[in-house]
Amino acid sequence: MKVTFPHMGYTYIPIKALLEKIGLEIIIPPRSSKRTLNLGTQNSPEYACLPLKINMGNFIEAAELGADTIVMAGGVGPCRFGYYAQIQREILHDLGFNFEVIVLEPPDTNYTELVKKINCLTDSWWKVISGLSLAYYKACAIDRTEKKVQQVRAREVSKGSSDKIFEEAIWKIDKTSVKKEIKEIVATALQKLNKVETDPLRRIIKVVIVGEIYTVLEPFVNFEIEKMLGSLGVEVTRSIYLSQWINDHLFYGMLPGESSKKYIKLSSPHLNSFVGGHGRETVASSVSYAQQGYDGVIQLAPFTCMPEIVAHSVLPLVSKEHGMPIMSIYLDEQSGEAGIRTRVEAFVDLLGRKKMTGGVNCEVLLGY
Amino acid sequence: MTVKVGIPRGLMYYYYYPLWKEYFTNLGAEVITSPKTNKAILDMGVKSALDETCLPVKLFYGHVIWLKDKVDYVFIPRLISVERKEYICPKFMGLPDMIKANINNLPGVIDTTLDMSKSTNNKLKFAREIGLIFSSNPWVIAKAWRKATAKQKEYEELLVNKKMFPQEAMDYLEQKNNRILKVNNYKYKIALLGHGYNIYEEYISMNIINKLKERGVSVHTVDLLEAEEINNEAAKLPKRMFWTFGRKSIGGAGFYINNKVDGIIHIASFGCGPDSLVGEIIVRQTRKNSDIPLLSLTIDEHTGEAGVVTRLEAFLDMLSRRVAL
Repeated sequence: MKVTFPHMGYTYIPIKALLEKIGLEIIIPPRSSKRTLNLGTQNSPEYACLPLKINMGNFIEAAELGADTIVMAGGVGPCRFGYYAQIQREILHDLGFNFEVIVLEPPDTNYTELVKKINCLTDSWWKVISGLSLAYYKACAIDRTEKKVQQVRAREVSKGSSDKIFEEAIWKIDKTSVKKEIKEIVATALQKLNKVETDPLRRIIKVVIVGEIYTVLEPFVNFEIEKMLGSLGVEVTRSIYLSQWINDHLFYGMLPGESSKKYIKLSSPHLNSFVGGHGRETVASSVSYAQQGYDGVIQLAPFTCMPEIVAHSVLPLVSKEHGMPIMSIYLDEQSGEAGIRTRVEAFVDLLGRKKMTGGVNCEVLLGY
Repeated sequence: MTVKVGIPRGLMYYYYYPLWKEYFTNLGAEVITSPKTNKAILDMGVKSALDETCLPVKLFYGHVIWLKDKVDYVFIPRLISVERKEYICPKFMGLPDMIKANINNLPGVIDTTLDMSKSTNNKLKFAREIGLIFSSNPWVIAKAWRKATAKQKEYEELLVNKKMFPQEAMDYLEQKNNRILKVNNYKYKIALLGHGYNIYEEYISMNIINKLKERGVSVHTVDLLEAEEINNEAAKLPKRMFWTFGRKSIGGAGFYINNKVDGIIHIASFGCGPDSLVGEIIVRQTRKNSDIPLLSLTIDEHTGEAGVVTRLEAFLDMLSRRVAL
C-alpha cells in the first residue's frame, strides 16, 4: 500500500509525520504547479471549485509516482468539499487509476465506520495517538516560525532574507521526528529572524487574510500573496493557521492554543448562522481583527465558493461599521498573477494613504 | 388594520407557498405575493445582489425589493435544512443576512430559522416562533398551523397524484382558471431536472416547460414523483447525498433512466455549487446505465432566449432522428 494525499500549503509536513508514524509507506505528490493545475482542470467538472481541480492534479501526479491509496478528509455538508472524494474516485477510475480512497470524515450512522477506516490503515492505536501528537507539534512549530516571518518580511532591508531562513527551518522540521530537535530548530530560526536587518522607519501596514482555507493556505493558488504583500511593507496575519485548524476540527478546540471558538460569536449580528466551510469564520475574524486595529482585510475564495459568497455579501457592513477597507478576491484556473498583483498594490496604496491622512476623506473606500 | 406579510415569489416559493400563505392568512395577516417575474424585478435584483451570487438568489432580491414598501413584514426564513441530515445550500442559510446587508430600508423581516437536520420536530418550533409574531394565543397558532399543513398536503398530492406542475396546482387550489397546455399525442417523454425555482420560474427558464409542450413533449419533473421513487434510486449512491435538491435530482434521474425516457434535460444556474458536482454525477450515471441523450443548460442573467431555443430544437431534432433510426 502506497499512500498519498492532496496538498494544501505546508500541511504535507504534519500529514507525512502522522502517516509515517503509523507505519505507512507514503508518496507525497510534487508541489502544486502549473502542470498540476492543467491536469486537474482537464479532468474535473467545469464548474467545480478550484481546490477539487488541483487535488485531482495532485492525485494524477501521485499515481505517476506509483501511489495506489488516497487518504483524505471529507465532510457531511453543506460545503462541496464533503463530496470531493466521491467525484474524484469516479473520475480517477475512468482515467484508469485504480485508487483505493479512504475518506476520514464524521460518520453517517455510528463511529464504528470511522474506527474501521482507521483500522485498515494501522494495527496500533498507540501509533495513531503518538503520530497525531507529533503532527500537531510540527504544525505548531511551523506556525510559530511563520508568524515571526510575516512580521520580519514587511520590515527587512534585503528582500527574501526571512524567507530563506523560513524555508531552511521548514526543511529541517520535515526531516526530523524528534520533538526536542523541532524545538531547537524553531528557536534557532526565531533567533536568526531577530537578527535580520530591518528598516525601523518603514511605515508598516497591517493586513489580515481571511477566507476559504485552501486559498488562504496554498501559496500556489493565491500567487504567494503573503510574499507579495510583505514586499510592499505589509505585515500579514491569516485568520487560519494549520495548528488552529487541527485544534478546531480534530479536537473540537479542546487543546491549548488558538481556536476559532473564541471569536466565532463576533459574526453576529451580521451573519447569524453557520453557513458551511469557513463563511462564518471569515466574518467573525474580520470583526476581530478590525477591533485589534488592523488596517485592512483581504478575503480569498475559490470562484463560486458558496460559504464565502454569503460572507462576502455581509462584509460591506463590517467594513462600514469598523471603518476598515475589505477587498475580496476570487481565484480560479483563469486567474493571472499580474491581475492579482495590480489589485493588491492598489489596495495597499489606498490603505497607506488612509493611514497617512488618519482616515480623512477615505469613506469612499468603505463598504465595497 | 391587518398586518401585511409579503412573500417573495422566488426560491422555496415553488415548494411551500400554499403552506406559508395559509398559515399567515389563518394567523390574521394579509398575504401579498410579488408578481410574476418581469425584467424590472430581475434588474433590481441583479443591481443589488453581489455579482457572484447565483441567478435565483439575485431574482429573490428583486422580489424582496418589489415588496419592501408595500408590506409590514417580508418573509425570508433561514432555511438551513428541510430534511433530516440534509442541507439545501449555504446561500439559503445566510439568505436573510445577505438581504439585510445589501438592501436598504427593509420593513420587518421574518427570518425564523428552520433546521430539520437533527430532528423533523424542529418545524413545530419554526411554526411557533412565526406564530408568536402575530398572536399570543397558542390555540390560534396551533389551529392555523393545522390548517396550513392540511393545505400543503393537498398541494403535494396534486403534484404527485394529478401530476400538476407547482404553478398549476397553486392556481387550482386558489380556484383560478388557468388554461393549461395539455399534450395528448406526445412524441417524446423528457425528464426535466433542476431546482424548482429555476425550472418552474417562467421568466428565467424562458418558460421551458411550455416550450417543450408546444413541441409535442411530455415533460416530467422529479417533484411529481413519490418520495420512495426518488429515495430508492438515491440510496444507490456510495455516499449519502447531503443536499436535498441534489438527492432529488440524482434519485429522479435514476428513476427516469429505469423508466426509459427519451431524453434528459438538466438545468443549472451558473455558479451553482451543489449542481457543479450533482450535474457530473447525473451525466456519469446516465452514460453508464443507459444510452439516453442528455442536455445540460446553464442559465444566468445574460442567457438569451434564442440561444436556449436553438439548443432545445437541436436536441429535439436529434431525438426525432434517433426514433426514426
